[in-house]
Formats: sequence, C-alpha cells, structure tokens
Amino acid sequence: MLYREAGDFKSTYAADQQTFPIKSERYLFWAFMAVAFFVVPFFINDYWEKSILVPLLVWTMVALGINILTGYCGQVSLGTGGFMAVGAFACYKLMTGFPDLNIVFVILLSGFVTAGVGVLFGLPSLRIKGFYLAVATLAAQFFLVWMFNKFPWFYNYSASGQITAPERTVFGIAVTGASSAPWATYLICLSFVFVFAWIARNLTRGRVGRGWMAMRDMDIAAEIMGVSPFNAKLSAFAVSSFYIGIAGALFFSVYLGAAEVTEAFGIEKSFTALFMVIIGGLGSILGSFLGAAFIILFPVLLKNIMVGYLGWPTDLASHFQIMIIGGMIIFFLIVEPHGLAQLWRLTKEKLRTWPFPY
Amino acid sequence: MRLKTIIAATALSAVMGVAPALADLTIPSLSYRTGPYAPNGIPVADGFADYITMLNERDGGVEGQKINMIECETGYNTEKGVECYESTKGEGSLIYQPFSTGITYQLIPKVTADKIPMHSMGYGRTSVANGKIFPYIFNYPGNYWDAASVIVKHILDEESGDLKGKKLALVYHNSAYGKEPIRTLEVLAEKHGYELSLYPVDHPGQEQKATWLQIRRDRPDYVVMWGWGVMNQVAIQEAVNIRYPMDHFIGVWWSASENDVLPAGEGANGYKAVGFHGVGSDYPLFDDIKKYVGDVGKSAGDGSNVGTVLYNRGMYAAMLAVEAARTAMKIHNTTDLTPEQVRDGMEALNVDAARLKELGLEGFSPEVKITCANHGGPGVGIIQQWDASAKKWNLITDYIEADREVVDALIVEDSEAYAKENGIEPRTCE
Repeated sequence: MLYREAGDFKSTYAADQQTFPIKSERYLFWAFMAVAFFVVPFFINDYWEKSILVPLLVWTMVALGINILTGYCGQVSLGTGGFMAVGAFACYKLMTGFPDLNIVFVILLSGFVTAGVGVLFGLPSLRIKGFYLAVATLAAQFFLVWMFNKFPWFYNYSASGQITAPERTVFGIAVTGASSAPWATYLICLSFVFVFAWIARNLTRGRVGRGWMAMRDMDIAAEIMGVSPFNAKLSAFAVSSFYIGIAGALFFSVYLGAAEVTEAFGIEKSFTALFMVIIGGLGSILGSFLGAAFIILFPVLLKNIMVGYLGWPTDLASHFQIMIIGGMIIFFLIVEPHGLAQLWRLTKEKLRTWPFPY
Repeated sequence: MRLKTIIAATALSAVMGVAPALADLTIPSLSYRTGPYAPNGIPVADGFADYITMLNERDGGVEGQKINMIECETGYNTEKGVECYESTKGEGSLIYQPFSTGITYQLIPKVTADKIPMHSMGYGRTSVANGKIFPYIFNYPGNYWDAASVIVKHILDEESGDLKGKKLALVYHNSAYGKEPIRTLEVLAEKHGYELSLYPVDHPGQEQKATWLQIRRDRPDYVVMWGWGVMNQVAIQEAVNIRYPMDHFIGVWWSASENDVLPAGEGANGYKAVGFHGVGSDYPLFDDIKKYVGDVGKSAGDGSNVGTVLYNRGMYAAMLAVEAARTAMKIHNTTDLTPEQVRDGMEALNVDAARLKELGLEGFSPEVKITCANHGGPGVGIIQQWDASAKKWNLITDYIEADREVVDALIVEDSEAYAKENGIEPRTCE
C-alpha cells in the first residue's frame, strides 16, 4: 500500500536489475540525496558537522570497507584501526610532502597506499581462515600502530608524535584545517561516501562481488567452480583497505584535523567497525549505513537526552549510555540476527503487501 | 505510519540539537569521570565544580554575575572532546580547560579560529607559552618543560651539583603527553652530562612488568615519570616490587596524587613529585568550600576528595579562570563578557601574594603574572614527597625556578616551527 507498485512494469533486464527496482523507493532515494546535497549544507552548523554528520559519513566509509571484507568475502579482520592509521598517515605525509597536490587526490592516493598495505596483511588469509585470520589481522593492528609511533619520520619528527592537518582547499574552498566551513567539510565527505557507496554497490553485485560471496559461502566449492581464492581474497583485502584508507584520511584531515596514532587508531576502532557491520548487517551496503548510524548517533542522542534534557550528572549519563547501547545491541541481534538491514528488508516486504498480506 | 516517522524524525533532530543557551558567565568543564583515567579525572572535576558552586553560593558569582558551569564528559577521548567543544561552544563558553593534552592539541587550531581562549594549566602543548604565536592559548603557571627542568634541578641539588656520568630514566606514557619532556631532558643531558634512557609505556599502562625489569637491569640513578591514570599506580607498585629507592623516583605533577601512591602502601614512602600548588586543605578558602558546598550537600562528587592534590588542582584551575574573568570585567568595564574579553583578562592576569591572601589561599601557589608575550607564567615548580605512614604529601623544597635559558630557547624554537608550518604571522607585543 505504502509502496504503490501498480503500473510499475519492467520491460528490460537493466530496469529489472537496478538497485532500487520499486519506483517509489527510487524516488525516495533521490529525494533523500537531494536533501543531503542541496538542503543540509544550508542549515549545517559546527555542532551538527563535527559531532554528528561528518563522523557519521566517515564511519560509514569504514563500515563499507569492512563490510566488503568481512560481510561479502567472509574474512574477519581486526586490523581496521591500523588500516585507518595507514590512510591517515599516508594523507599526512602526502599533504606535507606535496603541498600543491589537491586534497581529493591526496585522499585517493592514501586509499591506494592503504590498499597496498592491506594486500600485504591479507596474504595470510590465503592459508588461514576464521579466528586464525582474525588473530593475524590483530597483529596488523598492533604492528601498524606501533610503527607509526616508533618511527618519527611518519610524523615529521614533531616533538609530540601528533600529526596536524594543514589547510587544503578544493576549488578555493578550505576543506581541512580549523577555518574550514561546516558545509564544505560535510560536502566533501558526502561526495566521497556517495561515489564510493555507489561503486561498492555495483562491485558487490558484479562478477567480483559474486566471487567474494562464493568464497565466503564455501571456499572449496567456489574454487571448484573457477573462482580463484588468490584473486578473490586479495582483491577483497585491497578494495576493503582502499575504503578504510580513504576513511582514515578523511577521519584525520577533515574530521579531527589532528591525531595521535595510539589514541585515535587503537584496537577499539577495529572493534567499533566490526560492531557496525554486525549490527547493520553483514553483506549489505544499506547495513553499513545503518550500522554506522546506530553506533555513532545513539550515544550522542542518549547523551543529549540524559544530560541536556533530564539534567543528569555526566558520569551517570555516561555509564547509562554504555549500558543502554550494550542492551540495544543485544536486543537488535536477538530480534534480527542478520542486522538492521534485514530488519528493514522484512519491514519493506510487509509494507509492500500491507494492508492485505497473503 | 509516514506521518509518525516524520514526527519522530523531527523530535529526534530537536533532541540531537543543543539545549538553549542561558545568560550568565558560561564556563564549560570538560571532565572525565569515566574510563581508564577517571580516578584522576574525578577529583579534578570535583575541585573545579566545587569552587564555582562556592562562588555562586557565597558571592552570587563574579561581580554579581552568576557562573553557569556546563559539564561535558570527554572520557579523556579526543573525539568526545571535540564533540563536547562543539556542543558547549554555542552556549557562549568563555574559556576552555580540557585537562587532556590530546584534546588540547586538537582544540588549539579550533579555539584560535573561533577566538575563544583556552587555558591548559600545566599540560597541553608547551610552546603555547609563546603568546606572540598563540594569542588564544595559555598554559600558566608552568609547563612540561619547566617541570622537567625543575626535576633535573632538584636532582642536581641532591647530587650536590654534579650529574656527570649519572643515569636518568624517563618512564613515560607513550603519547603526545608523555613525549613532551624528551627534548628538554635531552638538551639538559648535554648541559649537565647525565645519560638519558627512555622507557615508553603504552596506553593505558596496566602492564609494566617488562619496563621495570629493564629498569632493574639498567639501574638508573634516578627515574623520572610522565604518567597519567592507572599507569601511575602500576609504575609505583612495580618500582616498589623491584625495590627501587623511592626518593630517587620523581614524577611530574600529573603523577603526584594520593590515588597514585596509596595502592602501593608503605612501599611508596618517599616517592617524590613536582607540583605547582600547595597540598592539603589548610587554607582558609577550604572553610568556605565546606560551609557553602560540602555542608549543604552541593558537592560535585561524594565530597571525599577535598584537599587531595588533584582536587586542589581542579579548584586552582577554576580560580584562575574566574580571576581572569574578573580582570576582564575590570578592563572592559562590563559584567557581560565575551570570550575575547576573557582572553584580554587572561593576558593581564596578575595573581600576586596579596590577591592570593584575599582569596583565602595564602602561599597556595606561585605569583602568576601574564603578559602579551609570556603566556606561560612564572614556570616554577615545587617538590613534594609522600609520607606513607601519615598518608599525606609534604612540600620539601621552595619553589624552584626552571632553567629559563634552556626552556625559553626550546619554546621559541618549537613555536616558531609551528608558526611556519601553519603560516602564522607572529604578532608584536610592546
């Protein structure tokens, strides 16, 4: 009923296989995008930018990356924080080494650097699986953070080991540094996420993505059918790290502006990313968005309710917040073990037949 | 269904926004009462809040203007710190004190762009002491490099002026905070001829067995510590375990609280630390805090921290912020302050012995006089020693002045590098 599908006929395969086959959903998507691109920038302020929207977009990017690796290809990774650090430090070194290079290319190059590092740490996946692979990627996490802390070259020999993003512009508008306008940083993050979510969606339903999923569902069967484990696994590591690297670069340069490797890219980042895709839905692009939104927005929302409106002491609110988030995670996973994306999928099925379900 | 969604979304976005601003003097308190650094964060936040509550209760605020303190929980985490900054900034916050070196680094460019002053009292980036390059950032009354120099001077006194061939070990939190003193200690090593060895401890520092085994093997003559949170307690316990002579173990002022030494019991007796303010509650001001805050049940915490080192530090930070606001009111002849006016007040701050006496804190802290070029204050430190049987800190020296020649040169060097990196034109101070 809410989805009026009457008269929405498909006469070509392309039309039938598009991402949003239902017309009303397609319109809703484009309306949403129009608001995000053309309305939000006019109303965004510092608080919405730095506390809500930019973190949300950056983390969505991370979730997309980890979802490709863990959700689509089935390779559990606990190295996300380390790969974000690679992206951030590559971005910093490129920004300071080539001051004239446009920040967009710097971020893309950081993604490629991270992809290289990701492939390197993905090599063990050719021989080990499951928990053992998780441990190998955990080693990547600790090694990378240690490396960026140990060798002063990475942070340009600054006394504190802190890296700070200098001001860089896109079309003459500052997007990094303290004086960048909220709408500019928001739009640059949104553009990256929009383009790469689009690419991710199409990658995962093409030949490459089907190879990943075959590898995830049963590697031996996939190999017998002609999917090369070498290509599938390493390409998943490369693409996933590319996304995470871009997210790390955005995280450092656009969102925080300064970072310290042990504090900003610790193991908890890896866990946060993994929680996002598990709650959002493994193997779903929408799930990456929903998971990131859940993990990033709920704490802010709860804090504002408890401290801002109810006037509770901050420590009490903070402890409550941890408990509530934990409880919500358990609740959602019991209600729908396949994550929020599956919950949405089921809701949509119900809405399509409502009010006359058969 | 859709209508409900829209209503829910509107309500949601209303809640996500910030609560409306109030008038008065708004001073945010970026505290951390949760997480691995909470044992240290709680007394600081309590002291900060209690002083402001006391002023509101006793004097009705500053010059008739009530102080509206908004507390925001950072958990010592930079991302939450940024969120706290952005959410409190809109409410007319006059001065920021994040009590975290990491968050301070994060906020330095932001507050400068937003023209809000920040006071990182004895933490943060040391070279902000150069007011020509950092007009909005202050770190009086002392900074990390002063602390390092004061510690070395104290060791010099102990060793009757000769450190040739001695071995100094630095046990430090492996972060921006812990790395701060390295440069100074290296330069001082060249000057005094001691040998410096470094022992990084990774966050949060609960496991230090390997570090201390190494120290036992290397046998340094003195161990200097730059720790925070749980790392302090563990380090002191480990030092006791390897029977390191405690009076040769000296911490920075963030490794100098009761929480750090109490778990080690008798063994911690004789542990030293540098400080920049008095200890205990034998100052007249504490009577007012008891009368207007503690006795009427308005304490920020459970009231058990009054007089502890970190409580006093939080209180001192609040006092300096309020004094800056008071100075600003005098300069600009208004009680309705803007952040920029508070900045002017900080730059003209003069808390001398007479003023301290008026405040009921006679002899509590060194005299602080800030100028346009000097945002670092006097740069002095005092050595305190732990008496385990009496369970209290004793001040064992007078205020020791840091090696200004060494520290000032380093500050100029580092701040100019920052100015060059960020394209800042140093302002002139006449």
